[in-house]
Amino acid sequence: MSVPTRRRGVALVVGASAAVLLLAACGGSSTSDESTSAAPASSSADSGGETSAAPAAGCEAYAAYGTFEGASVTLFTSILPPEQQKFETAWAEFEECTGIDIVYEGSDQFEAQLPTRIAGGNAPDLAFIPQPGLLVKLVETGGPVAAPDSVTALVDQYWNPAWKAYGTVDGTFYAAPLGSNMKSFVWYSPKVFSEKGYTVPTTWDELFALSDQMVADGVKPWCGGIESGGATGWPATDWLEQIMLRMYGGDVYDQWVNHTLLFDSPEVTAAMDTLAGWMKNPEYVNAGFGDVKTIATTGFQQAGEPILKGECGMLQQASFYANFWAEFNPDAVVAEDGDAYAFYLPAMNDNVPTPVVGGGEFVTAFADRPEVVAAQTFLASPEFATAKVKEGTWVSANSGVPLDAYAPGSIDQLSAQYLTDPQGTFRFDASDLMPAAVGAGAMWKEMTAWFAEDKPTQQVLKDIDAAWPAE
Amino acid sequence: MIWENILEGIPKLGTAAAGIAVFFAILLVVFFVLGRIRGRLSNPVAMLAFLGPAAILLMLGLVVPTFQTVYKSLFNASGKKFIGLQNYGWILTTESNQQVLINTALWIVIAPLFSTVIGLVLALLLDRMRRESIPKSLIFMPMAISFVGASIIWGLVYAYRDPAQEQVGLLSQVVLWLGIEPPNWILLQPWNNFLLMVIMIWIQTGFAMVVLSAAIKAIPGDVVEAATLDGATGWRLFSRVTVPMIRTTLIVVVTTIMIATLKIFDIVRVMTNGNFGTQIVANEMYSQAFVQFDVGRGSALAVILFLGVIPLVSYNIIQLRRERAIR
Amino acid sequence: MSVEAHEVIPMPAPSGKGPSIPQAVRRSLSSPWATAVVIVITILWTIPTFGLLVTSLRPSGPAVNSGWWTVFTNPELTLENYVEVLGGGDVISGGILPYFFNSFAIALPAAIFPLVIATMCAYALAWIPFRGATILFFAIFALQIVPLQMALLPLLQMFNLGWSIGPITIVPDLNLGGTYIPLWVAHTMFALPLAVFLLHNFMAQLPRDVIEAALVDGASHFTIFWRIILPLSVPAIASFAIFQFLWVWNDLLVALTFAGGTPDVAPITAYLANIVGSYGAKTHLITAGAFIAIIVPLIVFFALQRFFVRGLLAGSVKG
Repeated sequence: MSVPTRRRGVALVVGASAAVLLLAACGGSSTSDESTSAAPASSSADSGGETSAAPAAGCEAYAAYGTFEGASVTLFTSILPPEQQKFETAWAEFEECTGIDIVYEGSDQFEAQLPTRIAGGNAPDLAFIPQPGLLVKLVETGGPVAAPDSVTALVDQYWNPAWKAYGTVDGTFYAAPLGSNMKSFVWYSPKVFSEKGYTVPTTWDELFALSDQMVADGVKPWCGGIESGGATGWPATDWLEQIMLRMYGGDVYDQWVNHTLLFDSPEVTAAMDTLAGWMKNPEYVNAGFGDVKTIATTGFQQAGEPILKGECGMLQQASFYANFWAEFNPDAVVAEDGDAYAFYLPAMNDNVPTPVVGGGEFVTAFADRPEVVAAQTFLASPEFATAKVKEGTWVSANSGVPLDAYAPGSIDQLSAQYLTDPQGTFRFDASDLMPAAVGAGAMWKEMTAWFAEDKPTQQVLKDIDAAWPAE
Repeated sequence: MIWENILEGIPKLGTAAAGIAVFFAILLVVFFVLGRIRGRLSNPVAMLAFLGPAAILLMLGLVVPTFQTVYKSLFNASGKKFIGLQNYGWILTTESNQQVLINTALWIVIAPLFSTVIGLVLALLLDRMRRESIPKSLIFMPMAISFVGASIIWGLVYAYRDPAQEQVGLLSQVVLWLGIEPPNWILLQPWNNFLLMVIMIWIQTGFAMVVLSAAIKAIPGDVVEAATLDGATGWRLFSRVTVPMIRTTLIVVVTTIMIATLKIFDIVRVMTNGNFGTQIVANEMYSQAFVQFDVGRGSALAVILFLGVIPLVSYNIIQLRRERAIR
Repeated sequence: MSVEAHEVIPMPAPSGKGPSIPQAVRRSLSSPWATAVVIVITILWTIPTFGLLVTSLRPSGPAVNSGWWTVFTNPELTLENYVEVLGGGDVISGGILPYFFNSFAIALPAAIFPLVIATMCAYALAWIPFRGATILFFAIFALQIVPLQMALLPLLQMFNLGWSIGPITIVPDLNLGGTYIPLWVAHTMFALPLAVFLLHNFMAQLPRDVIEAALVDGASHFTIFWRIILPLSVPAIASFAIFQFLWVWNDLLVALTFAGGTPDVAPITAYLANIVGSYGAKTHLITAGAFIAIIVPLIVFFALQRFFVRGLLAGSVKG
């Protein structure tokens, strides 16, 4: 059982009668007040009137944070519902015991809005920043507050130093990592695989032997979509990053991120050629949507749908894609023997063991009021991470989270296993590390043109280099 | 839940009502007090009171930011280093930006032209119909739809699927019914630009129709009578009488739509994000300033937009002056 | 029920004599072709929105996997999507209604304030003689060129930090974050150039003798404005107010900058943009949300029409 069970309230089965409809809507879901007081699993049974009457019960664990009756902490993030509710549930006890109200605001325009608000003097207390590149930029222009000692101590204790480095700018540690995405996954349908007798590939060569096998069987092996509104192109940058890390390892990858290795170099050109043979191969793509060019116009959210219908063999996407299957088909089961599951995108050569490209958010503070520090510290703690993990479809690279907190056999558990693997070669999503003019500009744009307009590879790489900021 | 939400919403309307009440209360008090002033001071005081609020708001909201924008356009991405006209050089010499300028020029010409012509034709034809209100309301309807809504609506029209699959996009389906294999519309350069303009035309035609229809209705009957007595009919009547009589209105409609077209970035942002050769200045400006945080380039693009509108506005002003001289 | 934008835009004054252009053209253009053209255009203009309505009424699976027109061969409609979007279900928490009320609370004052201020400004420019009135008028008209996007950041700083030149505080830090006030003020600012321009054209056409007679009688400009100008301008104000209401209701950019996305102040467009961002595959819910957002300005528009027509009649009495 790895699908996050969605509460299917009465609301969904009601017919059209208006009276019934209103009644059902009233009964079928909870008000925001209720959802904040509904504590995670352990205490939900005895909630009711008592929790608010005796807040001390079960609050011992939060005593260290102190109490701040009536204080509130504003939080700004790009993470939208339904993930929002899971966060709110995970820190509900903290809110109740400390009296801090965490005011959640999510926006799909987060990256554009955050700098505007900081410059406008309207910064939130906390922000979940998904791009270390953006953090660097913000520190340059001013705004972020260095992490308090309590947070630094937790991060030193529980996180891989690489993660701490992504939250550090010019030697000062600002932002503790929060959630993590494991991006090196290939989604497939275990049902279809077992029907056709395919086996999950464990090497790069096997992966492409399998692709050819599918072509021979008359099925297009790969589907993909890189359309994402204002961020169109990002999944394509992920594909290139996967290949870069697999072909050359961490050091070359880091040089590439720092622009000491140019885009217009034999290394990146070779990686692009490999990608061309994979996602721009008309034999392989774009299953269920049309020709290669449709990759550019297919929403990344929709890209996996043909897998459930058996029209597409595989999709390279991150761990969070687990959330999307139920949207295509409410009955879809995400499990090793279900309708959809993921396998690890295999390594290319032995020199680079278990390459993993990942992403994540970093909790950045713009104020140092005691209640903000308390919230920030709690968000960096293994207790919060564990509570959030139990809400499902979320991964933390916090080593204080026991692996058995994840649903057994779930994508989350698989992700955590790779993300915390001490032997693995972990690198952060390169486009999120590069300056915004490249990582959120030229690279998205040029990769999109490469797919949609067949823009020549050399020209694509030259134009990305040209966009790199002068300083 | 629905009822609770409605109950929770009512105080918000109260806030709005209170805001309006306070606004009018201040206005009344000011009027009452200043209205007492008589004599030599009364005209200057009245002028200040009437012009003051608008002047202050325009200064703070538009004039000051304009100067700030021009100033910032001379600086680099972080706004710290003076680089002269380099941002403008970047706009004019980069190949992709030339495409952006050409696209923008196409938008400014085509979207207002088609909206106004279709609006005018409709205004003429509708006056003759008995139930003009039904088509008028339906054609006006897109004006009431936000760009977010419009992009959702047109997404359902332009969606592409492999011809062998079940279609979800209306345009592809219609073309398939006609026995032609549909292309991937949004990628179809350079026609995709026109497909995006269709959305703007769809929205603005109602505006043009409504305004022009009112103008046509307002043409004095004796003018028409005289012209008819002179034997003017049909096209002659239209080109010699109707168009000259509503000329000012036509110019205002065209300019208003042109300015709206220059500023519009939502359609392109949502439909293509400027990819596939559809970028326009307003969206490039938004991307530079708010996604890539290059305030210098963003500001320079904004200045290009001003410069683009200046001829339009000047032409309008010349027309208005001429109009006034006649009056 | 007709849609009219009256005197707002300069146009010849109507008179009751003789056949109107439409009647004369009617004769010459009268043909079934004309009717056919209107019907075809109307259908073309309506189909996309109709597609939205149909999609919003379809259950989740078919709404994503097949074209909305298949509903005619395979009718399967439901109100579930609306229940979920309105009430907030297990996918969309809270529902659309808080945003819906925000949109009203933002758009009503933001439609009224600029109109009143612009009317005042237009009156002064048209009827209080002073040097530079014409230049000022053209300067205000020219301000239409300022791209909104560039004015946002300076304004936001002003609202949140105040604004001062050197040691002199021009605008104090009023701490207005999280209220509707920045939105009202911003929309008012951005609406002024066009509103002043259009209302001035109307004002200038008001009968000179009425205003001069009142001035001779010793009435102040304030009395004239309140007693004569405002009532006479109602049709013009009303027709522009409807446009302004629609523009504010449909605005996303100003709302995102000054209100953010919280249910406390954000309007329905911000909510819609967010559900598009987070539920890209949930076409059935997005379309239902979009339709709710559309239906309101339509209702407001149709409800105001009667008032609109009455305003028109009042306007046409003038000489």
